[in-house]
Amino acid sequence: MQVNETFKPTIVAFCCNWCSYAGADLAGTNRLQYPADVKIIRIPCSCRLNPLFILRAFQRGADGVILCGCHPGDCHYTTGNYYARRRMTLLFSMLDYLGIERERTRVEWVSAAEGAKFAATMNDFVETVTRLGENKRLEDLRCKSE
Amino acid sequence: MQKIGVFVCWCGSNIAATVDVQAVSDALAHEPGVVFSANYQYMCSQAGQDMIQEKIREFALTGVVVCSCSPRMHEATFRKTCEKAGLNPYMVEIANIREQCSWIHKDKQTGTEKAIILGRAAIAKVQLNAPLTAGTSPVIKRALVIGGGIAGIQTALDIADAGFPVDIVEKKPTIGGKMTQIDKTFPTLDCAACILTPKMVDAAQNENISIISYAEVESVKGFVGNFSVKIRKKARFVDETKCTGCGLCTEKCPQKKVPNEFNLGLDNRRAIYIPFAQAVPKVATIDPNYCTMLKTGKCGVCSKVCTAGAIDYRQQDEIMEREYGAIVAATGFEPISMEKFGEFAYAQSPDVVTSLEFERLMNAAGPTGGTLLRPSDGAHPHTLVFVQCVGSRCDGGEKGKPYCSKICCMYTAKHAMLTREKYPDTEVYVFYIDVRTPGKNFDEFYRRAVEDYGVHYIKGMVGKVVPENGKLKVQASDLLGGRQLHIDADMVVLAAAIEPDKSARPLATMLTASMDTNDFFTEAHPKLRPVESPTAGVFLSGACQGPKDIPETVAQAGAAASKVIGLLVKDHLTCNPCVASSNELMCNGCSACEKVCPYGAISYIDKEFRGPNRTTLVRRVAQVNPAVCQGCGACTVACPSGAMDLAGFSNAQIMSEVDAICK
Amino acid sequence: MQERVKAKAIELLENGACDRVLGWKAGEFFYDVTPAVFTSREEIENEFVYGPFCGANQSKYLIAESRKGGRVGAFLKPCDTCSFQQLQKEHRILRENVYAVGVQCAGMCDIEAVKAAGMKGILGAEDQGEALLVRTMYGDRTMDRAAALAERCKVCKSRKLLGCDEIIGDQGEELASARFDEVARLEAMTPDERFAFWRNELSRCIRCNACRNVCPACSCEKCVFDNPDSGAENKAAANSFEENLFHIIRAFHVAGRCTDCGECSRVCPQHIPLHLLNRKFIKDINELYGDYQAGADMETRPPLVNFQTDDPEPSIVHERGTNR
Repeated sequence: MQVNETFKPTIVAFCCNWCSYAGADLAGTNRLQYPADVKIIRIPCSCRLNPLFILRAFQRGADGVILCGCHPGDCHYTTGNYYARRRMTLLFSMLDYLGIERERTRVEWVSAAEGAKFAATMNDFVETVTRLGENKRLEDLRCKSE
Repeated sequence: MQKIGVFVCWCGSNIAATVDVQAVSDALAHEPGVVFSANYQYMCSQAGQDMIQEKIREFALTGVVVCSCSPRMHEATFRKTCEKAGLNPYMVEIANIREQCSWIHKDKQTGTEKAIILGRAAIAKVQLNAPLTAGTSPVIKRALVIGGGIAGIQTALDIADAGFPVDIVEKKPTIGGKMTQIDKTFPTLDCAACILTPKMVDAAQNENISIISYAEVESVKGFVGNFSVKIRKKARFVDETKCTGCGLCTEKCPQKKVPNEFNLGLDNRRAIYIPFAQAVPKVATIDPNYCTMLKTGKCGVCSKVCTAGAIDYRQQDEIMEREYGAIVAATGFEPISMEKFGEFAYAQSPDVVTSLEFERLMNAAGPTGGTLLRPSDGAHPHTLVFVQCVGSRCDGGEKGKPYCSKICCMYTAKHAMLTREKYPDTEVYVFYIDVRTPGKNFDEFYRRAVEDYGVHYIKGMVGKVVPENGKLKVQASDLLGGRQLHIDADMVVLAAAIEPDKSARPLATMLTASMDTNDFFTEAHPKLRPVESPTAGVFLSGACQGPKDIPETVAQAGAAASKVIGLLVKDHLTCNPCVASSNELMCNGCSACEKVCPYGAISYIDKEFRGPNRTTLVRRVAQVNPAVCQGCGACTVACPSGAMDLAGFSNAQIMSEVDAICK
Repeated sequence: MQERVKAKAIELLENGACDRVLGWKAGEFFYDVTPAVFTSREEIENEFVYGPFCGANQSKYLIAESRKGGRVGAFLKPCDTCSFQQLQKEHRILRENVYAVGVQCAGMCDIEAVKAAGMKGILGAEDQGEALLVRTMYGDRTMDRAAALAERCKVCKSRKLLGCDEIIGDQGEELASARFDEVARLEAMTPDERFAFWRNELSRCIRCNACRNVCPACSCEKCVFDNPDSGAENKAAANSFEENLFHIIRAFHVAGRCTDCGECSRVCPQHIPLHLLNRKFIKDINELYGDYQAGADMETRPPLVNFQTDDPEPSIVHERGTNR
């Protein structure tokens, strides 16, 4: 696939307040660089992420969506991320089934201490999505092909 | 439409170096609803806060967006600032343009563009914010401790010492728990009864403590600060207020063949009994399964000999209803049943005993008066084999438990050492997988057993125990020696795994406290909140949370008590206003939300709805108790109709942030 | 079978077990059979129909019927009983107000399949054992009944009648079904082919909402798309979210609750194979979290409000993918 050098993807990162949002803050405190294409939305827990939000992001032109939450077993609310894990697995599989590249969705567990992991994850995710290019598919799902 | 003020912080050069703050405040001024937009050097400084307050008044702002550092840093600061100026504190949103923007992007144009988008998202969100008020709920200043073992006793004593009334509910006729059955404690070898029984007496004499023995919790309603608990006080057929504990009835009762649970069935008691001499309360109890009078109506000996007139054959179970502000689960543990471990011949030979039975055989108040005698023939045993990890650290879980029971290594070392000390003519073998001694003076203790007392520690498991000609043929492997061993033993002692008491599971359901797959109570946080259950107002003490030895149990009991005290000193609890609520008009009553709620905050109520043709339809709808909800939002996603929403992080708010970012 | 069902309906009314019964009557065309409520012997004798085109899943109607006071009799096919139980599990149907009669089913026919077999001028059809008797303007014809079956009945998953008060016909068993073959065929395609497939199918949708209206799992008091607080509602907006992703969101909302009754595809006027979205979720759930049939029992937690601590990570979607 041809890599478009000037393409800047839109990436939405949902981060749980207790672990991953703090991990993202730590990446900042440590001045670890990752592309500005990533915009973070703070949610109380990964289980707050309604699949609707991800579909909405794609429909509104996001090129990639990532969810970061506490590691399984470490959820601030004890069980939230276990539910999130099932929902995301099934949603991602459905998106794949519809023909949306599965590299555009990701879940990564990032603790409050893992600033470096947060930055590395975002660098890798942005690179992956940039390589895929613009995401048109979900927007066009209901449009007749030419 | 909100009237929104936008305040962009330079954070000195922390933000301003890589974000053009002027460009950001200019761009955000064009967002819908924004009536004021400015930037300032330090928004969190007194001057910065004064500026926010001044503009709230000047423009009658209904919403404030601060583009600054992480909300984890100064959200609380800016909320207070706004509250002082008369704006609801929950009308503030923070755009994190420092940790998540200026500090990670070197290029100023890139940083500026991103800061504008983050600002837009915060503005989009604040458009949909609504003023929130933290509610309060009163705290009933009384605690309930469920379980009267050392964990429950210590917790109750500590709470009572702080001046709060406590009830201990104990299912057995006496408090004391497992520790009453233990002979000596490791690693100090002091007598368990000598340190426990004074505490039992303290608990009984403390005017803030009521002991409700021979009783079980029947139901729990309510929430933190306001629990309503039904307690079933089982009929003991003896009036506790009249019984003096003289014990005459227990000597005269003609029914002599009742297995004595205090000595684990190694000897017998009467149908009317006091579990042991130091029982608290020291009151007799009639065992209805064995009492001839209760079964056939013919006997009445105890009633005749009781000079206090305390016997009451017609006594009924009594249901007490009490209210509490906090509940402590201290339900303790039980050794697992040895039924599934046929290879150790536990069921075939009385000389194969569990470690707890061994404690009784060594105890001066035990069935043998403290002389170690074989249960089968009363002979003095010469060769003893101890088997560790019986049912602990088992894979698969069918037969045993996957976890380490933690206390067995140390009590086995204690047993081996005491045996060798009292009876130097014995040979003592201990078979182990690993010897685990992490604890103060633990490893020294174990090494004393090996080095000073000559206990034979052999790494390997016992494969089979076969009773033969009055001996126990023990087949075992010596992993380090690489050979099979055959030992003719007189006694075999099994270090049975421990498991949570069976009463814990139904109790957890009543408390809506979560449990792990092994039925141990789960902590609110495994590292940071180890004595709290995820359900607010429910605390954990002792082995019901995980295997523990006595000092650990006492430490945790004290910690649980301090959490309870911290709760009970408050007159009111302030509730987090960012909680879920259900739109009853849209709720289907399907229970999906209830299933995913980790706190049991959701209940159902029938409501009437107007149908077509003047009909009334009754439908069950979800209700969230805001005092219990912690605001995780699990229910909002489980809800198919979107009836459940979370204040502060509503569906529409998050959706609008998504839209602002993806625009 | 029609006579037995009608006789039972009359019996239920006359012995006082029910004050009304939910059954079927013919619509504009004989194959266009619609659910109807009967309150008298006369109505039942004249209008009650039970035949090879009674495909409609009656369970959804019981949400309202069970709350109208009195007791309603219902005739449920094996797949309907799954939905019936699932709706009870969600506290939607008040069981005590329903008298459920399970009706064993040999599969329902699809008029398109009959036409595809070359039948013209069709006036009526009735079961004749293994054959389907088709009355046409040109005289009576017969065809193999199996060839006339609806797609969902060709891959029938179970003939077990669940949780009924009584049963007409024999109790059936779960069947080995090939219902996931089509999903597997799509999974084996490349992402581009899959996207082309779905685009072709979903672009035909006219948003008539028939799928939502018929679906027993889509029985919310108010749909999330009609809920202004959901953030998902934007009916007429340009580039509408609702318009674009309706079917995907709907499939997710019923995931773990969908019994695979196939009503969505049956009623779709554009013949979009909507059941393939639901079946994808069911197939994934079965493969990742263990076999689960919504409504098969009253106790098991639905998979989306349940978890195991060792559930696979979402990255399994990448690992399982075979095509790039």
